[in-house]
Amino acid sequence: MTHDLPIIDELRLKFGTDYAQIEETRDGVPTISTDKASVLPLLRFLKQDAAQPYPMLFDMTAIDERNRRDRSMEASNEFTAVYQLFSFDRNQDLRIKVPLALDDLALPTVTSIWPSANWYEREVWDMFGIRFNGHPYLRRLLLPKSWDGHPLRKDHPARATEMEPFELTEEDEQTEQELLKFSPEEWGMQRSQDHLEYMFLNLGPAHTGTHGILRLVVQLAGEQIVDIVPDIGFHHRAAEKMGERQTWHTYIPYTDRIDYLGGVMNELPYLLAVERLAGIRVPVRAQVIRVMLAELFRIASHLVWYGTFAQDVGQLSPVFYMFTDRERVFRIIEAITGGRMHPGWFRIGGVAHDLPEGWDHLVREFLEYLPPRLNEYDTLVLGNQIFQARTKGVGCYTTQEAIDWGITGPGLRATGFSWDFRKTQPYSGYEQFDFEVPTAVNGDCYDRGLVRVEEMRQSLRIIGQCLEHMPEGPTKADHPLATPPDKARTLQDIETLIQHFLTVSWGPRIPAGEVMAKVEATKGCNAYYLISDGAPWPYRVRIRTPSFPHIQMVPSISKGHVLSDLLAILGSVDFVLADVDR
Amino acid sequence: MNELAFIVILLGALFTISALLVWVERRLLGHWQERYGPNRVGPGGILQSAADAIKLLAKEDWTPPFADKPVFILAPAVVLSAVLLSFAVVPFTPSLVVADLNIGLLFVFALSSLSAYSVVLAGWASNSKYALIGGLRGSAQMFSYEVFMGLSVMGVVMLAGSFRLRDIVEAQQDLWFCIPQLIGAGIFFIAALAETHRLPFDIPEAEAELVAGYHTEYSGMKFGMFFLGEYLGIVLMSSLIVILFFGGWQGPWLPPLVWFWLKTTVIITVFFLIRATLPRPRFDQLITFGWTVMLPATLLNLLVTAAVILTNRDVP
Repeated sequence: MTHDLPIIDELRLKFGTDYAQIEETRDGVPTISTDKASVLPLLRFLKQDAAQPYPMLFDMTAIDERNRRDRSMEASNEFTAVYQLFSFDRNQDLRIKVPLALDDLALPTVTSIWPSANWYEREVWDMFGIRFNGHPYLRRLLLPKSWDGHPLRKDHPARATEMEPFELTEEDEQTEQELLKFSPEEWGMQRSQDHLEYMFLNLGPAHTGTHGILRLVVQLAGEQIVDIVPDIGFHHRAAEKMGERQTWHTYIPYTDRIDYLGGVMNELPYLLAVERLAGIRVPVRAQVIRVMLAELFRIASHLVWYGTFAQDVGQLSPVFYMFTDRERVFRIIEAITGGRMHPGWFRIGGVAHDLPEGWDHLVREFLEYLPPRLNEYDTLVLGNQIFQARTKGVGCYTTQEAIDWGITGPGLRATGFSWDFRKTQPYSGYEQFDFEVPTAVNGDCYDRGLVRVEEMRQSLRIIGQCLEHMPEGPTKADHPLATPPDKARTLQDIETLIQHFLTVSWGPRIPAGEVMAKVEATKGCNAYYLISDGAPWPYRVRIRTPSFPHIQMVPSISKGHVLSDLLAILGSVDFVLADVDR
Repeated sequence: MNELAFIVILLGALFTISALLVWVERRLLGHWQERYGPNRVGPGGILQSAADAIKLLAKEDWTPPFADKPVFILAPAVVLSAVLLSFAVVPFTPSLVVADLNIGLLFVFALSSLSAYSVVLAGWASNSKYALIGGLRGSAQMFSYEVFMGLSVMGVVMLAGSFRLRDIVEAQQDLWFCIPQLIGAGIFFIAALAETHRLPFDIPEAEAELVAGYHTEYSGMKFGMFFLGEYLGIVLMSSLIVILFFGGWQGPWLPPLVWFWLKTTVIITVFFLIRATLPRPRFDQLITFGWTVMLPATLLNLLVTAAVILTNRDVP
């Protein structure tokens, strides 16, 4: 099917018929396998010269293929580097794979084509030990400098029990402290220039303005920002590595905690991917329930952003109002799921339970409650002149820059580019909902705020439609791989009992294959790229989060502004450190 | 002897009031922000500040090893003593005043300029980057606000014909100066906010950016002195606003002291309300605002007031 796509013909025309191999994947994303020598010209062609180009490096990662059981006999490479590109003109993904041998783990860097490749390549180096020749600062990104080994390799232990007992001697502590010291020379920065001595201000990892454990080393001339070096990884919990040892089912709660403000919104892309691999069709009622909860979490997350953004520019009160509102959202979430921030409530093939009695009253009450509050906030926050003076014209970027840096979600729409994956690549039945995609013009802090506030109103519209048109029917697919399986007939039928026992104790065996699913999450596009080799657990889980590229862009849009603006920019970008570090 | 007793009572009253103010502000903020605020210690939480004071006093009195020790200790003392000294010239009633100086207003301004030093000194002596930036911002703010703060009350001085605060209050027998000096009152209020480093002018502290600004490195009672200084500053500035623009102790039926405190309390509440509402401008915006809007407005106000006074004198 993917063989006939126009891009494949174009590439054949340009590079000859046997330039690369086309792979079939379960998600229908055209996947091209190419060699090391041609990867750079191929990517450059795809970004710059193709008729309808692929301007965004959507994601980049690698796979350790050594333990994979479903591989073809002729494949001999130990590692594979994967580039995921995205074309807005075609509304299409493209996956480029480069096989690599263990004794020659090196690739040319693509930082000259995409600035966003910088961190992605550093992460791949950190996790897999693949070198990128010509990379400006190829060093660990998420793990501490002192880390031994590359953890996403299959031979790296996954549990503490597989390692020597951890011990932190005073000497080690000193070494770690020394390693955390910032040295400007290491980053090609100057300490002074033309009789001007720069100040290097260490912002974080524990700082009131960074919304979590993010460390920014800011190079200041007076109060003006010359450059910033972000240091991330303090919130890294090896979520991808954990995916390789959890069953398909028991990994669901881990996803909740990736973007910890997004709750069930995180479960959605993971489950969409699993269900696509398993070939499960989710019943309509379950789909609508999922949409309703996801939109409630979008509102909850945006409310937190709204309040903290106002606080970052010095407004004390809004954050309390918005947390009160968020509590109302959680009241509904709690009534439906039993959990609050991380319900872990979606299941493979549907949701955990049906909606409780009286849920509609709660939702209706909220739909009446929030709009007047949002209007009030418009005058209190967005309409405030000091607030506007602080945010308008600060931290601007164009659509082109946003795409180059891999920005998605409200940050992209604030530049005037109307792109929402709920509209362009609908999932979970979003095509049936009536809502608008708010955009703004200037791409500054204020516009990013404007878009998010409007998004909350659109989410309310979607929730209203869920409320009015909630379909009847089952809430879990009738499919052997739906988990946990139906228990009703287990006591009558021995085959069902065995199936139930195995699926509950081992977990389902999802058929082998590769698949990626994306959703328009609270902060941008969140995608899960899953590889199954037929085991009861994933072979590889790759989580593409929106906050990662967003934080990477912060230094470039902060240069020339003053320190106070940096806080406004950080507030407007809306990131969650757990989402950056995974 | 009598005077000494009055001073002691006044000091006690001021400390109690500013401690109560902290509690009142927190309860009010809580009320405005849909939460409770401190309500556990004592009835309605009224003893919260006492508990906080005990905590601050009992904490280790720590001076960072990298700080410039003498200056580091001096800085909080400067702000507290400057504010307390200013109260010496404040007439609470016609007779209740420690020192009825004929240059009372100038004395207050001199001392409030001095208290700005404590911000700079604290920022400098802490030898920490956040504190340094806070201190620098504090001095930049002082430069732009001291100028029109003094000028904004010159209209009042012209109308009253005296720098003596008691004379100024007595000159408002028929008409409070907030009517003829409406612009002056507005400008002085803004300057008072800046002087006390209250939101939206808490730029030297700017907790979202600078952790705690100039007093980042302070803890225990040294921090407590900055804190106390800030709240005493609010009381002082509110009292001054009442004296200069709202007729001081004057008012019907109630005793003068009650009137004075009633009016002051209202002004203080406005301080709190503003803190609950407004965001913080960037410091360059604040300085631009000071020099390009506030200063010309003050000068204009001064010219018009002078012209009106002169015209009225020419026609007897």
